[in-house]
Amino acid sequence: MLAVLVLALALAPATRAAAPNAADLEAEIVCPVCKSTLDQSNAEVAQRMKAYIRQRIAEGASERQIKDELVDQFGPNVIAEPPKKGFDILAWALPVGAAAIGAAAVGAVAWTWSRRGRADAAASEREEPLEPEHERAVDDALGAFEDG
Amino acid sequence: MALTARRATQALTLVAVAALLGLLVWKITQRDATPLAGLAPSRPLELLNTPDKGSDLSITDLRGKAIVVNFWASWCIPCKDETPFLQRVYERHKDDGLVILGIDNEDLREDAIRFLDRYGVTYPAVYSKGTSSAREWRLTGYPETFFVDRSGRLVGERIQGAVDIERNREAFDEGVRLVLESDAPSS
Repeated sequence: MLAVLVLALALAPATRAAAPNAADLEAEIVCPVCKSTLDQSNAEVAQRMKAYIRQRIAEGASERQIKDELVDQFGPNVIAEPPKKGFDILAWALPVGAAAIGAAAVGAVAWTWSRRGRADAAASEREEPLEPEHERAVDDALGAFEDG
Repeated sequence: MALTARRATQALTLVAVAALLGLLVWKITQRDATPLAGLAPSRPLELLNTPDKGSDLSITDLRGKAIVVNFWASWCIPCKDETPFLQRVYERHKDDGLVILGIDNEDLREDAIRFLDRYGVTYPAVYSKGTSSAREWRLTGYPETFFVDRSGRLVGERIQGAVDIERNREAFDEGVRLVLESDAPSS
């Protein structure tokens, strides 16, 4: 009895999660007239597509089924997310590639700067102190500059 | 050394920008916007009305007929204005061998059927899934009308938008005349 209750409790969230959310789907489906997502569109076809989504959810269709049916009727461009194949894969690959190149560039610049900083510090540590007469000459020049 | 690295970075950046621009140009030029000519596309599509509802119909099946192909969608407002006019043209010329073939595209199938019922469409209307037909016909919008002669060749001028007395009625009438007067295929 307890095992059945535990199983039922474990399955309950999964069952709820399987029912698609109309608002989520409307944000992922594109209106073929205005090319914006359904949640952003008031075009007649968008209203009809929203009604279709709600009707299919009420009939127990899954998110995958609803998307497949809409692609079947309106074509692949009805899905806002670009497909992960053909030319469209660039929409996925380019941002990742650009982020990787950007991160590498930032790393390289940071590494160069830190190396240059260390080299400068080492060089300044290696600097010989001034000869006493030179130091006196500098002090005199600075004093003259401040006075006059 | 630092100068070489900077030049290399600049060169790489330029190459990357040029490659992206190249991709953009390539993608844009892939879209073929030139009007169709020659034989009309003939993909079999599901009939939504007429006694043969549910069976497939293609342009090839209509060879020998004078065909006016009209792309429409139930959500398209100019299509609602144009459909009664097309129905009247069909009724006037169907005995001369004229067929109006409505191709419903980018639409919910059930909405398309309701549209045909509401406007009392009796000319054959087919349902095109997805965007394949739109690509084949190089469609620019809805409604759009083409003329296909009795041997299956595109003739006349395509009508972009609804047929309108002031804007394109002459071109429409000329298209209808061309298909009606065309010769039937010899075979």
